[in-house]
Amino acid sequence: MSGNALTVEKLTKSFGGITAVSNVTLHIGKGELVGLIGPNGAGKTTLFNLLTGVYAPTSGDITAYLGEQPKSMRGMPPHKISRVGIARTFQNIRLFSDLSVLDNVRIAMHNSIEYGFAASFFHTKRYFEKEAQIKEQAIELLGIFGLDKKTDELARSLPYGEQRHLEIVRALATKPEILLLDEPAAGMNQSETLELAETISAIKSSYGLSVFLIEHDMSVVMSICERIYVLDYGVLIADGTPEEIRSNKKVIAAYLGEEKL
Amino acid sequence: MRMFLQQVVNGLSVGSIYALIALGYTMVYGIIKLINFAHGDVYMLGAYIGYFATVYLPLSFFPALLLSMVSCALLGAIIERVAYRPLRQSPKIAVLITAIGVSLLLEYTMMYFVGAGVRSYKALLPTDTYNVGGVIFGFQQIAIIITAIALMAVLQFIVLKTKMGKAMRAVSIDADAAQLMGISVDRTISFAFMLGSALAGAAGVLVGIYYSSINPLMGTMPGLKAFIAAVFGGIGSIPGAMVGGLAIGILETFVAGYGSSMYRDAAVFFFLIVILLAMPGGLMGMKRTEKV
Amino acid sequence: MFKAKNIAAVALLAAVYTAIKILRLTGIFGSYHEITIAQICINMLLACSLNLITGFAGQFSLGHAGFMSIGAYACALIIIRFPSVYGFMLGLIAGSLASAVVGLAIGIPTLRLSGDYLAIATLGMAEIIKVVFFNLKITNGAAGLMNIPRLMNWEWMFCLTAGSVALINNFINSRHGRACMSIREDEIASQSVGIDIALYKIAAFAIGAFFAGISGGMYAAYFYVLKPGIFGLLKSIDILVIVVLGGLGSISGSIIGAALLTLISALLQDFASLRMIIYALMLIAIMMFRPQGLLGTNEISFALFTRALKRESAK
Repeated sequence: MSGNALTVEKLTKSFGGITAVSNVTLHIGKGELVGLIGPNGAGKTTLFNLLTGVYAPTSGDITAYLGEQPKSMRGMPPHKISRVGIARTFQNIRLFSDLSVLDNVRIAMHNSIEYGFAASFFHTKRYFEKEAQIKEQAIELLGIFGLDKKTDELARSLPYGEQRHLEIVRALATKPEILLLDEPAAGMNQSETLELAETISAIKSSYGLSVFLIEHDMSVVMSICERIYVLDYGVLIADGTPEEIRSNKKVIAAYLGEEKL
Repeated sequence: MRMFLQQVVNGLSVGSIYALIALGYTMVYGIIKLINFAHGDVYMLGAYIGYFATVYLPLSFFPALLLSMVSCALLGAIIERVAYRPLRQSPKIAVLITAIGVSLLLEYTMMYFVGAGVRSYKALLPTDTYNVGGVIFGFQQIAIIITAIALMAVLQFIVLKTKMGKAMRAVSIDADAAQLMGISVDRTISFAFMLGSALAGAAGVLVGIYYSSINPLMGTMPGLKAFIAAVFGGIGSIPGAMVGGLAIGILETFVAGYGSSMYRDAAVFFFLIVILLAMPGGLMGMKRTEKV
Repeated sequence: MFKAKNIAAVALLAAVYTAIKILRLTGIFGSYHEITIAQICINMLLACSLNLITGFAGQFSLGHAGFMSIGAYACALIIIRFPSVYGFMLGLIAGSLASAVVGLAIGIPTLRLSGDYLAIATLGMAEIIKVVFFNLKITNGAAGLMNIPRLMNWEWMFCLTAGSVALINNFINSRHGRACMSIREDEIASQSVGIDIALYKIAAFAIGAFFAGISGGMYAAYFYVLKPGIFGLLKSIDILVIVVLGGLGSISGSIIGAALLTLISALLQDFASLRMIIYALMLIAIMMFRPQGLLGTNEISFALFTRALKRESAK
């Protein structure tokens, strides 16, 4: 444990009269795998959208500790946040669906391997060198989920589970230090879910990532998360280890009738 | 001051014609989110129907207006049924391109049959003018403004007080939910096209009387300007389209009157770009955000 | 693999060039045919540059003729004063740069717009440009510029078009081109992987406008006469029809579409309104039955053929 990767201070977001996220304070340690759970409509995805700049917070602050200096990300546009080192997947898959699997990953490497406009018009030596690197690294990343055999297929022609995998690969291709996963196991069966949970843990350690994970499948959350935050009606109602959360009265009340813990 | 008031009078008469056309854009856009590029050409056809009805039948003003409105309503329904309905689930760009196609088809089919030349309306209404304190009111101008206001009042009644109007409002808010409530979405969309096209047909006859000359390409510019009027008023909003139409009419006559008529069209487009940037929702529009 | 593709492309170009040259030398192709070839070149470049904006970056533009007109007028004004090859080169560069600057000027304020609003805004910009040319003294208003020296022949045009299309194609097959495509696919996802979508929207407009400017310059230096009316909404729609017919997002589609439609309109030139009726019906029919155009987003290449073969054998 070497300090925090990300801290969130009193973060609030309201849409008109509705407060979707209210006064949330949390932190993700470097190399930590943290879960975020809560009933439907609790504001989990909104919190992710705030962390990645899709929405600007109404108040509060988000700070990343990834470079030399801590960096406040309040009001930063999404593409800059991505450059700071935060990547995400989407709950309702948002792949570049009419592009190939390989292109989906290559696009995400936009900022990690660069060359200028002139090189792109004239296909200089630098272009070929960099493109070769991009392709090599993209295929290596696709190998994590065995997608390296499907590089030329269109993203939308992939089966559902593989689309979720591709979203994770695309996020990894931005070379993040913090990975936000929004329900990565949604719609998967039991064995696929277990496999995914193992892969997430493996990715986390091999790439030295901090992971923040929204998930409805409690078996995943309880088995791989080191700590869990619970959100209900936009308010954090609990945090702690899986064991603590399992026996927390407030959490049980929030979930009553919805899921058994 | 006299010049100023004169421009206002002229602007209001052109503007009320734009407002009638703009209503069709705004209703259709409100319901199926489509810029019906062919709408300006329905207005052109309305002008021609009025022309043929008064020259060959020969009908007087009101029967010709009615005939033009009914024919345009039918035409609008046919266009929707044949060209737009099959594409309702297609990407937006596909529908927009189809709309451009329908517009070109109407213009050049018309040109093929009636020739590219200009035709002149005969004087359907008295050409008397009244001088009130130096400001000149034409009988035609007054008739145009009154006709336009009456038609808008009828429209407002249909939209607010009738069952079909209620269905239109429901479909524009949420088509799927309206369908579940037992509203026929297809019929409602058809109805909106008919209403809008009837008003465009009326505008066509009025403009024929006002400028007394018509041609197959006359619909393009007023069509675009009426669309701009609808955007300015807040697309989807019926009162917005009325206000927008009048505003564009006045803007245009002022630019032509005080500046140069050469810059009239440019001024309107410039105005559009300013609105789109400064208040994309328009005067009375709503803003929608995308769910992530 | 890159090499093989390039050799094939150069070989194809050389073959087409030689074929036209032979036909021209033997007199089978007269000056009427040469004019058609020139028009095909101009339309190809216009279509490819619009495809970059609309087909690849997904930004619907109905004002492409406006960009073309800036290139055309700038080039014409320069070569009238310096009627030489150098003057032409200067005119071409000045025209395409001016056009690119206007592309920037249009790209920046319309950034927040999309879809049909953007279409109307670009249409409006092109109309404004047209009105300006109508009213400027230096462009001689509605009468336009006449007796522009002809400094182009079909061979020059062929090379300029081939070179420009190759540059556009190179751009598309690069990290910058892919960034443009990701905007078309999903703006939010695109931003989430670090792409500055504002930058690339503007870049697409500026680059598209630049090449439209070149085609305008070619037009000015070949057809003697420029009038603002040439560059109206109909011309913009003409270009859009080519792009849509060929396939939004396919350069080879635009090339084939330009050749096809220019030939059709050359054949129908004595029946102007019939031509437009056919255009209109074609637009509607394409959208109904093959909205992806002839080629969709595919490019004609050997890879496409082998993929198609594989698909067949898989059945």
